[in-house]
Amino acid sequence: MRKFFVLLSREVRSYFYSPIAYIVLVFFLLVSGADFYFQLSFMNQRPVPYSVQEAFFNSVFFWFAFVLIFPLITMRLFAEEFRLGTIEPLMTAPVRDWQVVLSKFFGALIFYIILWLPTLLYFAIFQAITHQPAANSGGAYLGAYLMLLLLGMFYLSVGCLASVLTKNQIIAAIISFCVITLLFFLGLVSFILLDVSSSTRQLLGYFSAIEQMGTLSRGEIDTRPMVLYLSMTIVMLVLTHQAFQSRKWRL
Amino acid sequence: MIKVENLTKRYAGQTAIQDLNFEVGKGEIMGFLGPNGAGKSTTMRILSSFMPPTSGRATIAGFDIFEQSLQARAQLGYMPENVPLYGDMRVNEYLEYRAALKSVPHRRIAERVGDVKELCGLKEVEKKLIGALSKGYRQRVGLADALVHEPALLILDEPTSGLDPNQIRQVRELIKNLGKQHTILLSTHILPEVEMTCSRVIIINRGRIEACDTPENLLGQIRTAGGISLEAQVGPDNGAEELKKVAGVRDVTTTTDGEWSVFALRVESGADVRAEVFRLATQRHWTVRELSQRKATLEDVFVEITHPDAR
Repeated sequence: MRKFFVLLSREVRSYFYSPIAYIVLVFFLLVSGADFYFQLSFMNQRPVPYSVQEAFFNSVFFWFAFVLIFPLITMRLFAEEFRLGTIEPLMTAPVRDWQVVLSKFFGALIFYIILWLPTLLYFAIFQAITHQPAANSGGAYLGAYLMLLLLGMFYLSVGCLASVLTKNQIIAAIISFCVITLLFFLGLVSFILLDVSSSTRQLLGYFSAIEQMGTLSRGEIDTRPMVLYLSMTIVMLVLTHQAFQSRKWRL
Repeated sequence: MIKVENLTKRYAGQTAIQDLNFEVGKGEIMGFLGPNGAGKSTTMRILSSFMPPTSGRATIAGFDIFEQSLQARAQLGYMPENVPLYGDMRVNEYLEYRAALKSVPHRRIAERVGDVKELCGLKEVEKKLIGALSKGYRQRVGLADALVHEPALLILDEPTSGLDPNQIRQVRELIKNLGKQHTILLSTHILPEVEMTCSRVIIINRGRIEACDTPENLLGQIRTAGGISLEAQVGPDNGAEELKKVAGVRDVTTTTDGEWSVFALRVESGADVRAEVFRLATQRHWTVRELSQRKATLEDVFVEITHPDAR
């Protein structure tokens, strides 16, 4: 277990060794800040039936930034080790393959959580200035951030798998971007194809991140997305582990 | 310490090493010699559990490298060819990370990292980014990493490649000293290095072991133990023909340097024909300006074994 934490701490620190971390942080804060600002100005103009917190997590801005960050966070995980050859000292040290895979996944997850922490401030500042609640209930925060965590875990694991397949970071980024975007748009099909049957629509709804976020950010904690994303994350990590082990036989 | 049995590795359609068998005893410094592409790095990568063999088995300190890979790796300090390192870490940081990864107890990490920095001359660059270091320092960081957990066995893949002559001398001294406490398997294609540091040598060519012995024995075995160089004015004589008649001389090649003839004599193993050559020269009234013996080096052994034309 100690080795896992040694690896994990290097993974987390390695984000901050490179400028990518800071660029992603700044980009993300700019977009989410703009999102928050525009939602507020919109609400200033007319009454709306939802809270600031719901508006923030369900806007186009939010999803735009959301889908983009995963390839940036995950592309270097394995690909860089393969390219630099540092995989050789790493794997000739007494560490197990799963320790390496999990440390990379959780390292990315910790960076992802760090990315989201500042957004909590937005709501705190809003409440401090307006003396009004930003959300309808505490459960709404819980739901929204839980959804972020679950969906984040799944998309990060997709990124891990993409990165383990190649030694080229750009290729890893493109693969994970395409897969994540396709998965995301699967949930939009029911908005676009209006003549599909209601059962198809319902089925697609189960996979729609947008609909799930709508539900959870209202504070309705639905267990179906939890099961879906947790199990999909595990599947992706198992596949990553398999692909990582297969490197030995491809040499 | 290392035991290798029938080790074979095939890449897609190509055999990298074929049926290797050798042993390295505790405390030995084993040199691994061979031309580029002979299978040195492949063997070392298999021994360090980085890639599996196609067939055959190997053990390190009694642990099978495939079945008990983790225990085998714990016994091992491995320095890969070209020393891949994380350029964005500092030397101190990197060595501390590697020590922790290789199970050095927490309270001993500072002490161990301090020791290997001292040993490898890294004190003055300890706070620098690895990416900013010169090749020589990177090599030393790699060596420090291999040593940090006090492994019983060191596997070093071309530890001196890319270093300048002073650095090579330092690394060679370091390896010699390390050999007092560690078993070492090192590969190189710099031959004097092997002669000076190794207690035994394996010569590998096209994936097969061609010879495995002490450097002295290898020198004794080769057909031409060095040669003799004679520079003389021989007048009307056919010097080469006369010299060939001397017992122990295998063949003679002649070149000229102005008025002087330069004869290179290849002699039988163990023969010293200098006295005979001198007698011949005085008898025929040749004017001699040089008569010298060139001792066979491992280079001759290497060329004789690995060069296809030498056979």
